[in-house]
Amino acid sequence: MNQYPLWRYFLIAFLIIFGVIYAAPNLYGTDPAIQVQPKSGQAVSADDINKIQQTLQSQSIIASAITQQPTGLLIRFKDTEDQLKAQGYVQAVMGDADTVALNLAPKTPHWLRALGAEPMKLGLDLRGGIHFLFRVDTQAMLSERLNADTHAIGDTLRKADIRYAHIALLPQDLKKNSEGGVSIVFRDASDRDRALSLLQRQGEYADYQFSSTQQNDRYFVQAVLSVAAATALQEQAVTQNLTTLRNRVNELGVSEPVIQQQGRDQISVDLPGIQDTARAKEIIGKVAMVRFQLVDVEHDPLVAANTGVIPFGDTLYQLDGRPYLVKDDVVLSGKSILNASSITGDDGRPAVSIRAGGGEISRFNRITGENIGRPMATVYIETKAVQHIVNGKIEITQQQFPKIISVATINSALANTFEIDDMESDYAAKNLALLLRSGAYTAPIVPISERTIGPSLGKENIHTGTLACEVGLLIVVIFMLFYYHLFGLVADAAVLLNVVFIVAIMSLLGATMTLPGIAAIVLTVGMAVDANVLINERIREELRNGVTPQASIYAGYERAFVTIVDANVTTLIVAVILFALGTGSVQGFAVTLIIGLLTSMVTAIFFTRAIINLIYGKQQRIEKLSIGIRV
Amino acid sequence: MEFFKAKPSIPFMKQRWLAAAISGVIFLCSIVSLSFHGLNLGLDFTGGTQAEVAFTQTISANTLRQQLIDAGFHQATVQAFAKSNNADNAFSVRVGLRPSLTQEQLKAQLLQAMPGATINSLEYIGPTVGKQLLTNGILAVVLAFVGTMIYIALRFEYRFALSAAIALVHDPVLILGVFSFFHLEFNMIVLTALLTVIGYSLNDTIVVYDRVRENFRKIRQLPPLEIMDLSINQTLSRTIMTSGLTLIVVIALFVYGGQSVHGFSLALIIGIVVGTYSSIYVAGSLAVAFGLTRSSLIPQQRVVDDRP
Repeated sequence: MNQYPLWRYFLIAFLIIFGVIYAAPNLYGTDPAIQVQPKSGQAVSADDINKIQQTLQSQSIIASAITQQPTGLLIRFKDTEDQLKAQGYVQAVMGDADTVALNLAPKTPHWLRALGAEPMKLGLDLRGGIHFLFRVDTQAMLSERLNADTHAIGDTLRKADIRYAHIALLPQDLKKNSEGGVSIVFRDASDRDRALSLLQRQGEYADYQFSSTQQNDRYFVQAVLSVAAATALQEQAVTQNLTTLRNRVNELGVSEPVIQQQGRDQISVDLPGIQDTARAKEIIGKVAMVRFQLVDVEHDPLVAANTGVIPFGDTLYQLDGRPYLVKDDVVLSGKSILNASSITGDDGRPAVSIRAGGGEISRFNRITGENIGRPMATVYIETKAVQHIVNGKIEITQQQFPKIISVATINSALANTFEIDDMESDYAAKNLALLLRSGAYTAPIVPISERTIGPSLGKENIHTGTLACEVGLLIVVIFMLFYYHLFGLVADAAVLLNVVFIVAIMSLLGATMTLPGIAAIVLTVGMAVDANVLINERIREELRNGVTPQASIYAGYERAFVTIVDANVTTLIVAVILFALGTGSVQGFAVTLIIGLLTSMVTAIFFTRAIINLIYGKQQRIEKLSIGIRV
Repeated sequence: MEFFKAKPSIPFMKQRWLAAAISGVIFLCSIVSLSFHGLNLGLDFTGGTQAEVAFTQTISANTLRQQLIDAGFHQATVQAFAKSNNADNAFSVRVGLRPSLTQEQLKAQLLQAMPGATINSLEYIGPTVGKQLLTNGILAVVLAFVGTMIYIALRFEYRFALSAAIALVHDPVLILGVFSFFHLEFNMIVLTALLTVIGYSLNDTIVVYDRVRENFRKIRQLPPLEIMDLSINQTLSRTIMTSGLTLIVVIALFVYGGQSVHGFSLALIIGIVVGTYSSIYVAGSLAVAFGLTRSSLIPQQRVVDDRP
């Protein structure tokens, strides 16, 4: 009746070993460290290591270990203060060629790491760092787009000799459910109808829905931006910002940053380790710029490159090893670019299609018309924070890094839409489109919430959280032992095993442990023990009713099972809702609670039954169960 | 060791009118407190800036508040932390939204207003985020109610679901009442605790209902009221044991878990106590009051099948 087949014991033994191995790395803790990684992808040279060591020595920062790893050079420190200081100096010494990232290097022994066992990630509240929540201002981008299209529609009509009385953005009260649009007023019906059919035919305005109305002697055409187009635009803006943010954050030198979309138009950024919000915001907020400039064909770029004499009003650039002289006059700036995408050109070759709008277009049109057959360059400018050591102190300066990313020949006078044809490959076309977009007008991001947690507070949170967990566990363990004797001891083992399982699964999933997560573990200790209380109470009841010990154990487990599942499901439902609707730390709580509840069902039912069977199952006649009552 | 040497037979159902009165009073008090005091909504919901600051020198919360008011932070709230391990004088300082200042400027101003302070953490929540979190929180509470009720209705019966829901309303309302009366900060993490209480409190109710269903099957002669009494008594030592143990761990969290989980563990402590009471006294008697009988739990064919 109360015997488990041998394979179940093997399964249990396997699960325990598995749990212990994957939970173990968390016992070893982590060292604050910095990771030096050359952008070229090669290993840090011996010269550079020497340089780093000298710098650290001159600042009397003591590195506890320096190791070469496939991911770069890892330098460990005693505390975060040294780590933060060292990062600044090493970055300044190594310059732009390397990224120097803050890191928490696990002290996990090698053999555990070989098994893929890593400690849990710690949330910001446990290790310190900065959290930002940005809102992508898609509204600003939408109105920019509408403004540009208003200009463009006016141009189109003027070119077709259609006279209109007035053109403007749709007034607010007419917007209602739509995302906005353009309203054009005509003096007679034939003009209006010609305009309507012209605009509907133009592919440029495919995103609009047109309608016409009449009021007294005024004739209207309304172009309303379709909801689908507006949504697509917003999505693109958020994705664009996500990509840009990722690139910027990498520059900040944070290992394991978490950047994710939250809701429809928000982006949350977690930067563990760093403390300087001002610098973080400065780097994150930097937008790259892009602009079109004419290439100087009157001077020889090779001569300029060799002699270093650059003609007045020009700048020398390199593209694929070839020098170019580019005129400083900007023909079209990035903020006029509305969109860029890679397409297949008329000749079947990859191309980039660009949509532009705004007040600069007419000048752009004139200048390109005057320069047909001449090359035009796309200049991409990045602003970076550069660190230098000046008199032993770190100074940060802003520096612009302009470069040209494409040179193309002007085939005709360019206006609102134009193409850069004959790209080398699809990849090149996609990349150029991406750079154009990232340097063009994207929706601005506004920080709507931010949080800085000092490293000492993080340490204290870990300390108090673990202490609460230990005290809670200890009381429960003692009380169960006292109340249920041997059955209590078995339940205690199950509760401890449950904590091991939670930690192991969290580590394996790469889930983030937060302070509410620790609270969830504490809470699961209380809840997990409930299953065993239910079982043991049931066994006692059966014994009191005069049932034999063996049958009591059997009945206790069988009958309590349904109740345990029912009772846990309601808490699970709530935890899932919390996970779905919560953010950040609330999700951390929910995840830990869900894992804890699931593992507790395994440990409290399956594991304890196995042990009880092992103890009592083989005995033919049992006089008495050690469950804390005398029958 | 046992809580009850003999089988307990406490006449819970006889006391149900008393319980109803107690519940009514508690409920009313909470509602009154909520409507007069309102809730001291935390930073998560109101927006603003909150800093955790520590001082090496001794300073009182009142002095600090005065310093802040002098520096122009008129609405600043200052709350002393329970003594934490390495800082003798730790405070939580909260100031309202200041749209004209950047966070860096605000931080500088705060530091200037509080000489000698080190800022351990700084949190800024914009007004839109607060609103969104509040909406999501309310939605979560509603969903939690509906979700668990549907489950109980499916697993048991609608009368059970209804009475469990009513018994359940107790718990969050009372927690809200206490937080309102003592003007404790109600933030996202307390709301999380509130939801956890909803899930947890149902455990006890379900254990009783499970036993009621079993007893209806086993014992035919007893009327519903006595079945209910019997079931509650049978599960009583389990209820006490589990609630007691969970209460102990949550108290450990309250005492040792540090400032950040204070509100959370307090809400859980209240929730566990009230939840246990409501599942013993309220959930059971309500189900009977709603007309729960044997036949509503056991399908008719079963009765026919059972005949020899």
